[in-house]
Amino acid sequence: MNDSRLPSAYLRPGTSSFSDFLAEQAPDLLPGTRAVPQGNAGDLAPHGTTIVAATFPGGVVLAGDRRATMGNIIAQRDIQKVFPADEFSAVGIAGTAGLAIEMVRLFQVELEHYEKIEGSTLSMDGKANRLSALIRGNLAMAMQGLSVVPLFAGYDVRADQGRIFSYDVTGGRYEETAFHSVGSGSLFARGSLKKLYRDDLDATSCVEVVVQALYDAADDDSATGGPDLTRRIFPVVQVITAEGGHRMPDDEVAAIADRVINARMARPDGPTAPLTGGDRA
Amino acid sequence: MSTPFYVSPEQLMKDRADFARKGIARGRSVVAVQYADGVLFVSENPSQALHKVSEIYDRIAFAAVGRYNEFENLRIAGVRLADMRGYSYDRRDVTGRGLANAYAQTLGTIFSSGGEKPYEVEIFVAEVGDSAEGDQLFRLTYDGQVADEHGFAVMGGQVEQVATALESTFTERAPLADALAGAVSALGQGEAGQRIIPTRDLEVAVLDRTRTQTRKFVRLTPARLDALLGERGPATPGERTSGDGRREGGGSSVPLVDDPADPTDQVSGSVAPLEDPTSGEPPIAPPT
Repeated sequence: MNDSRLPSAYLRPGTSSFSDFLAEQAPDLLPGTRAVPQGNAGDLAPHGTTIVAATFPGGVVLAGDRRATMGNIIAQRDIQKVFPADEFSAVGIAGTAGLAIEMVRLFQVELEHYEKIEGSTLSMDGKANRLSALIRGNLAMAMQGLSVVPLFAGYDVRADQGRIFSYDVTGGRYEETAFHSVGSGSLFARGSLKKLYRDDLDATSCVEVVVQALYDAADDDSATGGPDLTRRIFPVVQVITAEGGHRMPDDEVAAIADRVINARMARPDGPTAPLTGGDRA
Repeated sequence: MSTPFYVSPEQLMKDRADFARKGIARGRSVVAVQYADGVLFVSENPSQALHKVSEIYDRIAFAAVGRYNEFENLRIAGVRLADMRGYSYDRRDVTGRGLANAYAQTLGTIFSSGGEKPYEVEIFVAEVGDSAEGDQLFRLTYDGQVADEHGFAVMGGQVEQVATALESTFTERAPLADALAGAVSALGQGEAGQRIIPTRDLEVAVLDRTRTQTRKFVRLTPARLDALLGERGPATPGERTSGDGRREGGGSSVPLVDDPADPTDQVSGSVAPLEDPTSGEPPIAPPT
């Protein structure tokens, strides 16, 4: 500590990206740069599972169950897998929980850092591309079983609508329309969303749709946690509109989950969809 | 080979200090006031894009006067330092004191090293606490000195006049509207008496501990300023002192010219802030 002067690299004009700066100054802090010995490390660490997202006119909802698993063991019952990325976006993560949470932390700083340095926020596509770059940096780890697959959702202030982006392990970025899900229970969740989703939902009924989807995922996928009635643990739900994003308070999510469960008491498979559709036309 | 003149170290330091002080005194003042819910920054700054007051971290803000490129560099370094520390430790481990120390060491080293031109800047670093007792306001000068300020502080040109005016109206833990009115009227204090600064020429920001978000820094928009300041009487554009060519009133008719060869002029013309004014070369590679 004989020289506490700011290092000259800090004073050099240049990048507005925090992860680029980190790569230059402290590469050991980047999630994807560590050398992992050969072999599959996938069973060593907890895995997060199902994330679902759906848009409604004026916003988007992102929700995740609360279970993390390690093989056949439930590693954690109340893990948080949906995080606000900035005021108008949120990211939900499936895959290796430790790496994923670190990546989310880096992504949050990345967006805030850009905003502070440039004095303006990144565009929705800009944010999605930055996340893409972070995932790509993790490819070596993904090859050894430590993959991270996020779902990114946010309100695009310029386009005035909610948008959803999905990713693959190589950093491929795909925009989804209406709804999407990732993680081990995603197939069941997506089937449920297909039947329940419609494009004239309001925020509360959209949350109800995603809670139904998570219930269906938990119903058929052992790695996805359903609503935990004895411990009162319910999904984390992030609602983002033109006014910004907020995590829906637990008691509101609990009320919706209780309603869903009560209806399932009568019909365990959930609400029925009309056979031919077109009933609203 | 000619023998260099002997310059005593005292004289050398005094010359450097005078040089820096002159550069700082040329700009307009920035005022920081501690009010009931945090810290308020007010400055007269007609530019909407080039800020004198900015956010560094959740509870920390930065204000500066002097040469734009120099304090902008320090601001970016501060953001990087804070984000780096917050990322590798925790958000709560980023403190205003730590940042003020880093700035002080940097400015001090640059000031006393012969090879570098001293920075012509003066800086406030403010941190807002959970209660008014936890609020901190540091003033850093061009030579790396740090002062812990209480209540209010002024830097830039016309410090004495503004400080005297502010002292007469300042009350501890005043509500935002009162603190703002006092600061704005103090900034309007000039040799030719009181003038009304139009709200579009004011740059105002607060660190507000009552905000629910973790980031406590917020800029006040002209609409919000109008509501807070209320009716302030007619703006008097005719009332200005333009003897030294400095723009005093709301709409000065004295055209200020940009002279690229003069590093001390106040107008950057069409040259971007960090551009080299003589060569016109952009200083940064575009982000990839």
